[in-house]
Amino acid sequence: MASLTNRVKVLEQQPLSFMERLYLPAIFKGMAITFSHIFKKKATIRYPEEKRPFSPVFRGLQVLNRDEEGRENCTACGLCAVACPAEAITMEGAERQKNEEHLYREEKYAAKYEINMLRCIFCGLCEEACPKDAIYLSETFAPSNFTRKSFIYSKDELLIPHPINDKEGYDAARVSRVEKLKK
Amino acid sequence: MEMLQVDMMLILEKLLLIGGIITFSLVIAMYTTYAERKVAAVMQDRVGPNRAGPFGLLQPLADGLKLFFKEEIIPLTSNKLLFVMGPALSMVTAMLTSAVIPWGSSIHIFGREVSLQIADVNIGILYVFGVVSLGVYGIMIGGWSSNNKFSLIAAVRGASQIISYELAMGLSLIALLMMTGSLSMKTIVEQQMSGGWGGFLGWNVLYQPLGFLIFLICVFAECNRTPFDLPEAENELNFGYHQEYSSMKLGFYLFAEYVNMFISSAVVSTLFFGGYDIPFVNEATLALSWGDNIVAMLGFVSLFSKIAFFLFLFMWVRWTIPRFRYDQLMDLGWKKLIPLALANMIITAIVILWFNK
Amino acid sequence: MPVAELLFWFLTGLSLFGALMVVFSKNPVHSVLWLIVVFFAISGHYILMNAQFLAIVNLIVYAGAIMVLFLFVIMLMNMNTESEPQKNRWLRLAAIVSGGSLLLILVAALKDNKGSISGVSDLEGGIGLIQNLGKVLFTDYVIPFEISSVLFLSAMVGAVILGRKESANLKS
Repeated sequence: MASLTNRVKVLEQQPLSFMERLYLPAIFKGMAITFSHIFKKKATIRYPEEKRPFSPVFRGLQVLNRDEEGRENCTACGLCAVACPAEAITMEGAERQKNEEHLYREEKYAAKYEINMLRCIFCGLCEEACPKDAIYLSETFAPSNFTRKSFIYSKDELLIPHPINDKEGYDAARVSRVEKLKK
Repeated sequence: MEMLQVDMMLILEKLLLIGGIITFSLVIAMYTTYAERKVAAVMQDRVGPNRAGPFGLLQPLADGLKLFFKEEIIPLTSNKLLFVMGPALSMVTAMLTSAVIPWGSSIHIFGREVSLQIADVNIGILYVFGVVSLGVYGIMIGGWSSNNKFSLIAAVRGASQIISYELAMGLSLIALLMMTGSLSMKTIVEQQMSGGWGGFLGWNVLYQPLGFLIFLICVFAECNRTPFDLPEAENELNFGYHQEYSSMKLGFYLFAEYVNMFISSAVVSTLFFGGYDIPFVNEATLALSWGDNIVAMLGFVSLFSKIAFFLFLFMWVRWTIPRFRYDQLMDLGWKKLIPLALANMIITAIVILWFNK
Repeated sequence: MPVAELLFWFLTGLSLFGALMVVFSKNPVHSVLWLIVVFFAISGHYILMNAQFLAIVNLIVYAGAIMVLFLFVIMLMNMNTESEPQKNRWLRLAAIVSGGSLLLILVAALKDNKGSISGVSDLEGGIGLIQNLGKVLFTDYVIPFEISSVLFLSAMVGAVILGRKESANLKS
């Protein structure tokens, strides 16, 4: 049969020579290779003690942001939920009452805000859609769990720690964000 | 029948020795499992077990505990008695061989000369053969009584493999025995020790390289180690003959494999590598200045380092060479090793006759 | 020598019991395993007679190789009570008669031989040791020894011919 292209390379298999049929040289060669690997650099890391650095564009768990005074940024506009291709986000908006100015930055806020982490594909479209800088993707990932229900993260799990009441937690959560923006 | 009328001290001494050697083999086998995982890891650019204890040294203990606490399942349709007997037989035959291996020369304690060999029988090598040939029953009985087709196939494979390679093993040893003229392991070691360069030139491997190679290949096959681990080929037979086993019964099977490896390494070192001979050192002159006991201990260390090398070789080969196909295995055994061993035997006989003329 | 005598009676009992169990076991695999026990007991007898070579060769050849092949075949045939073929009544009668006559002959042969049986257990001098055995085999009994090897060879050739593939015959 004529070949379709002239790039065809015909391989001819020679019968094994005597040295090849002995197999021992090939075995010794293979053993030399495995032996040399003893001294090579280990490809693995000791995980819990040692962690691989994330790439600068890594997108992990969502965090609901607060401003410097600890007020929630989210206005429950629903743009993130619309943008979400996996339909992982649900929310319920509520109007801010008179004495709640220290809690919420704008007149409307999210009374309920849930992200289903099993549906979420961590694409980051919610972060891009948000006009208020109220949601961003951090550098952690969802820890494993036994129930499906526990993967639906509610507002208390998503909110960043309060910058005044829990300064340390806020700073710790904030660091990765600041570094990410720098890059 | 004077043989049976012995003093109590001898019985006590032998019992202590038996206990010591059994404990020793078990501990070594335990740590061989650990070494196997470490060797596999470093050869694959990994780290290996390092969680339990420093450097993961407690890993074998953790594994043993895990096996002990696992639920014990005996299949409903299995033959219960034989199902339980299988792993026990495997373990017993694995341990039995150590009786005739000389672990060192004699030491002197409390004015008694204590030989570091349980039984110096004049048919030592044949005894090893006998026990090895019985080792197949553990596999066969376990595989058959599980009442599972995979186990049965594995058992049949294992049995035919072991019988086939026993022939080549025996033939390769006959050449060695023609040289030594004795079947006693102790005599063979002593003959090797009397060679030049402090015993090194007496090592049988220098005179029987082909015999050694054949013997080594057969030992790999008898221990069911890769590349001959067809009875437990996990991708075709799920897990082979111990598929239905769980808990410590499975542990016994896995453990017996490592004990077998240890004992086979000891046999190979004894027959071909001078046993407890320390190369380039004349033990007799050393004993005059340092005393018998220290030299005996050094000899034991020498034997042990040889064993450790062979154990490493077992693992090294396992993580290098893929498994044989079944017809290749039979081809190698019957069509290559047996004719080679026969040729080796005839050449050795001619050479011996030539020199004796 | 009470220890040797004790061992002798124990081994005798074991071998007789094992032999009976070989016959009476319903499961053929059990029969084979009992037969192995019998071989062990016989090897023990050999050791008592200071014939260590015979003892260990008995174990290697019979218990280690031949019984494995037996077990092999029985396991693959998967014999059980349902698949056991019904035997002809005349065949059974013939079996009883021939077995009975064998028993008669054995009893008749051993009845008058009381002296030599009791003398067996104190066999000394190491005729069973490998060196003496080899010398005897290759000097006094060299012709029977070689003839038996020819017998094995012919058996092997016969097995090869029987086991050859049929297609080779069809082609020629």
